[in-house]
Amino acid sequence: MAKTLETPKTFKPKMGKKELELLSKLTDAMGVSGDEQEIRQIVIDELESIADDMHVDHLGNLLAIKLGKGEKCLRVMVAAHMDEVGFMLIKDDGKGIFEFRVVGGIDPRQLVGKQVIVGRDHVPGIIGAKAIHLTTPEERKQTLPVSQLRIDLGPGGSSKAKPGDRATFATKLQVMGPTLCAKALDNRLGVYNLIQLVKNAPENIDLLAAFTVQEEVGLRGAKVAAFTFNPDIGIAIDSTPAFDLPHYDGEENTLYRTHLDGGPAIYVMDGSTIADRRLVDWLVDTAKAENIPWQFRQPAPGGTDAGAIHRVREGVPSVSVSVPGRYAHSAAGMARVDDELNTLRLLHAALARLDENILLRQE
Amino acid sequence: MAEKKQDTLLQLIKKLVETPGPSGQEQKIRAAVREEIEAYADEIRTDALGNLIARVGSKKEGGMRVMVSAHIDEIGLMVTHVDDNGFARFLAIGGVSPFTCMGNRVIFMNGARGVIGMERLEPGKVPTLDQMYIDTGATSAKDCPVQVGDVCGFERPFMDMGKRLVAKSMDDRIAAVIAIEAMKQVKKTSPNEIYFVFSVQEEVGIRGATTAAYGVNPEVGIAVDVTGVGDTPKGFKLNVELGNGPAVKVRDSSFIADPRVVKWMVNEAESQGLPYQMEVLTFGGTDGRAIQMTREGVPAGCLSIGSRYIHSPSEMVDRDDVENSIKLLAGLLNNKIFLGEL
Amino acid sequence: MTFELIPFLKEMLSVPGLSGYERPVREVIARAWEPLSDELSLSNLGSLLALKRGEGPEPRPTAMIAVHMDAIGLMVTAIEDGFLRFTQVGGVDPRILPGQPVIVHATKGQQVQDLPALVVMPPAQLLPPEAGSGPLAQSYLLVDTGLRPKDVEKLVRVGDIISFASQPEELAGDTIAGHTLDNRASVAAATVALELLAKRRHLWDVVVDATVQEEVGCIGGFLDPIKVKPDLAIVVDVNFAAGPGGSGSVNFEMGGGLPLNWGANVHPALYKAMEKTAETYEIPIYKDYSPSMSGTDAYGVQVAEEGIPVVEISIPLRYMHTPVEQVAIKDIQRAGRLMAEFITDLPLDFMNTVKWE
Repeated sequence: MAKTLETPKTFKPKMGKKELELLSKLTDAMGVSGDEQEIRQIVIDELESIADDMHVDHLGNLLAIKLGKGEKCLRVMVAAHMDEVGFMLIKDDGKGIFEFRVVGGIDPRQLVGKQVIVGRDHVPGIIGAKAIHLTTPEERKQTLPVSQLRIDLGPGGSSKAKPGDRATFATKLQVMGPTLCAKALDNRLGVYNLIQLVKNAPENIDLLAAFTVQEEVGLRGAKVAAFTFNPDIGIAIDSTPAFDLPHYDGEENTLYRTHLDGGPAIYVMDGSTIADRRLVDWLVDTAKAENIPWQFRQPAPGGTDAGAIHRVREGVPSVSVSVPGRYAHSAAGMARVDDELNTLRLLHAALARLDENILLRQE
Repeated sequence: MAEKKQDTLLQLIKKLVETPGPSGQEQKIRAAVREEIEAYADEIRTDALGNLIARVGSKKEGGMRVMVSAHIDEIGLMVTHVDDNGFARFLAIGGVSPFTCMGNRVIFMNGARGVIGMERLEPGKVPTLDQMYIDTGATSAKDCPVQVGDVCGFERPFMDMGKRLVAKSMDDRIAAVIAIEAMKQVKKTSPNEIYFVFSVQEEVGIRGATTAAYGVNPEVGIAVDVTGVGDTPKGFKLNVELGNGPAVKVRDSSFIADPRVVKWMVNEAESQGLPYQMEVLTFGGTDGRAIQMTREGVPAGCLSIGSRYIHSPSEMVDRDDVENSIKLLAGLLNNKIFLGEL
Repeated sequence: MTFELIPFLKEMLSVPGLSGYERPVREVIARAWEPLSDELSLSNLGSLLALKRGEGPEPRPTAMIAVHMDAIGLMVTAIEDGFLRFTQVGGVDPRILPGQPVIVHATKGQQVQDLPALVVMPPAQLLPPEAGSGPLAQSYLLVDTGLRPKDVEKLVRVGDIISFASQPEELAGDTIAGHTLDNRASVAAATVALELLAKRRHLWDVVVDATVQEEVGCIGGFLDPIKVKPDLAIVVDVNFAAGPGGSGSVNFEMGGGLPLNWGANVHPALYKAMEKTAETYEIPIYKDYSPSMSGTDAYGVQVAEEGIPVVEISIPLRYMHTPVEQVAIKDIQRAGRLMAEFITDLPLDFMNTVKWE
C-alpha cells in the first residue's frame, strides 16, 4: 500500500469566466495534426513564466518541466495531445473551390453542409452539398466520399488559400446549461487540464508535461517525447467517447464506453494499451478517498498517447484518464463541466499522493 | 345513470362504425348521422358532393364562425372486372393495404357480401392488390351479384373491450360520434356560429371538406380525426399513446396547424383539467388542410384521437380519450374564442 | 432609415421563421418595409403585405411581387432520455444534419426559451440493421441540447420547432453563405426594389408579399392572390447555381445573372416584357427552361381564382436547402433593380399586351 501524502488543500478547480476564456481559446484555435502551432503558442504564453524548463522538439512537441521539492522525486510524464482531426487542401480547382482530404479519422457523413476555417488567417469557407432536389434516391443512399466534396471559399478565394493549408470546422465554444459544446474537446480538454496541473503542480513529483503532436495520426509525438523524458510513470490525459445515447428500439445500451456525468474515465484496457494495474488502483483509491465520482472506460477499441509511451525504451508503466465526451471527431462535441472539473481534481489529488512506493510489486 | 349514458355512447359508436360507406357512397352513413343530429341543429343541408352540413347557433357579439369537420367516408374497394368464374377484381378506394385484405370480409352497397382471396405467391412475398380478388360465392360472371363499378367496405362487428373499443372505420366514424356528442352539448349561450360538417371523400384526397369549407367560409376550423400512436412493440416513433387524452395536432404531412389554434386548444384542455397530448404526425392528412386552404386562408387545426391499427379492420381507440375529446370540443365551441396574435 | 442590404440580409439570416411560424423574420422584414410603403397588412395566415400606391387614376392595376419568407427546419416529435427525436418542416436534406448546430424553441416552461443544441448521429450499435451504413435517415438522428433529461422534460414539448443556428458568413467574391438564403435573398431583392421605387414615380399599385409556408406547399402562393387580386404577379425565388455538386445541365453562375423561368407556369408575354426590360437596363439574364411547373409560389399564384399571369425571376444559389447556401450579392441587387425598372415602366394599359399568340 503506497504511503499517502497529504493533498495540498489550495487547489479547487472551477470553470469561471477566466477559465472558459482559456478553454475557448484552445478549442476554437486550429491545430490539425502536423501543424499545431496555434495551440503550442497558447500553451507557451500560459506557461513560460511558470515552467522550470520548456522547449520544442523536432516534431513540435512542447516539453515543459516543473520540478518537485526534494532530492529524488518520482519523474511523472503527463501527456496531452494538442492536435485535432481536420482537413488539408490538396488541389485548387479554381474560383475558390478546393479539393481536400481528411487528417485523422472523421466520418464523411459529418462533413456535408458545414462551415470551416482555412489556414493561419482562418479564412471562412463552406463544405456544400448538391441540392437535394437534384439528387436521385440512389444517390441519397450513398455517403459522399471526401474526394467528391469541396471546400468553397467563394469566387476569388483562390488567392486567399493554397493547397497544403490546413482547415478545420468553424465551431466556436458554447456553454449549454451544464455542458461545454465545442470542436476539438478531444483533446483541448486534456491540454487545458495539463496547463492547470503545471500551474498548480504538487511538490512531491517532477512533473514532465508533454504537450504532444500528431496523436490523431498514430501517437507520433508521444513516442519521441517519452523517449526524451524517460519517465518513471506515464499518464495520458485525453477526452474519450461517450456513446450513452438511447437504443432505437429501447434495448439496453451495453456499448456506451463511458457516461456523461459519470466522472473521469479511468482506462483498464483499450486498443493500444493494457494499463498498469498498480496505477489503475492508485487512481481508483484516490477517487474514493477524495469522494470524486469516477468510472471505468469500457474496454474497447481506441487509443491514447499511453499506447506509445508505455512501449518506449525498456517500457514505462502507464495509464490514461479522460473526460467523457459525446460526438468526438465531428463539428462539435459535448462534455459536462462537472466531469471536466472532477477529472482535474482527480489528477491533481492522485499526483499529490504519489511516491516511489507506487511501483512496488506485490510479488 | 352513468352506465345508461355510456350505453348510448357505445350504441352510437356501434351504429356509425358498422354502417357501410366508402368514399363516394356515403348515402347510408349520411342518413344515419342525420337521424342523430336532426333534433340539435338549427339548419341542415347536403351540398353538391354529399357533405352533410349542420349549423348550430348564429354569430353573436364576440363570436366566430367555426367549422368542425369529421369525415364520414371510409376506405373501401371498387370492382374493376368480374372474371368468367365470378371472381371480382378490384382497386382500392383510399389507402388500403394488402396486409389488411387477405381473408377479410366485405359488404357491398347493394347488400352482397364477399371474401377476399389471393393468387399463390413465392413464399415470403407480400401480394399487391392486383393479385387479390373478391369471392362473392358466385360461380360465373352471370350469377355474380356485383358488377364493375360496385363498391364495398370491409365488414367487421364493433367490439367493446371496456377501456378499449375496436372496430373498422374508427377512422373517422369515432370523430363523427365526437362531433355529434359535442353538438348536443353546445349551449344557447355560445356566441359562435358553428358548422358541423360531416364530410365526404376525405380518404381519396380530402375532397368533401374542400368544397364544404368554401361554402361555409369559416373564420376558424377544427378537423376531428384519428392519429397514429407509438405505443405498440417496435412501433413508429410517435408521441401519442392510447389513453393519454385527446391529441392536439401540431402538424401532419398535409398541413401545419395554425399555432394560434394549437394554443387555443391547449388552453381549453388545461382550463378544464383534461389530459391531452401534443401530436406531430410524419405522414397522413386530414380535413384540416382543406379548411386552411379555403379562400384567403383560414386558421385551422385538428383534434385527434389516438388509434392503433389504422386502416385495418380492427382500429382500436381508448374510451376515455373519446369522452375527453367530447368535453374538449364542446368547451372549445361553447366559449368565446381567443386566437391571439399571429 | 437608410436601407442597407448586407446588414438587413444578415439580420434576416440570423432569426428563425419556419413555415407556419414566420413571426420572427416577419418582424425584421416589417421594420425594413414600413418606411418604404404606404400600408402594411397581414394575410389570414400571416403573410406580410406592403402596399405602395401608384399615381395612375383609380381604379389602378396592381402588380404583386411574391417572395416567400419561411424557412425549412425541424420539429420535435418525441423526447427520449432527454434526447429529442424530430421530423422536418419543408425539405431538409438529412445528409447535412449530423453535427449541425440548431436552436430548439422550447415552449413548455414559463417562458419560451431558445436552447442551443446539436443534431447528432448515434453510433451504429444503437441502431436497427435497416438503418444501413450510408447517410442516416432523419428518423435515426437525435437532437442533444446538452441539458440533463429532467431539465429537458421541463422545457421542451412535442411540436416545438427547431431552427438552424449557423451564422451567416461573408465569403470571397462578394458572396454570402448561410441558412435560409432560400428565400431571404429574394426578400432582400424585393426590398431593394421597394427602396428604388420609393424614389421613382410609377402608375401601378405595387403589393410586395412576403408569403408564408411556401416550403410546405406554396400555401401563401395559393391563398394570398385571392386577397390581393393583382393583375400580374412577379415571383422571386432561388435557382440552382453551378458549382460543386451542381448537376450537369445547371449552368447559372453565381454573379452571372438572373435566370428567367420559361415554361407552362409562366405567361410568355410577361416573360418577353421582363426580358426586354433586362436588355434595356443591361441586367444579364439566363433563360431557364422549365417544361412544366416551377416548384415556387408561381405554382399557386398562377391558378388563383380566375388565374393570374405570372413571371418568375430567380437568383442563382449553391447548396440549396443546406445551412451553407451561397449567393452573390450582385444578383440580389440586380433582381431588385430589374423589378423596380419593370414596374416603373408599366403603362396603365399594359395588360392589353398580355395576350396569347
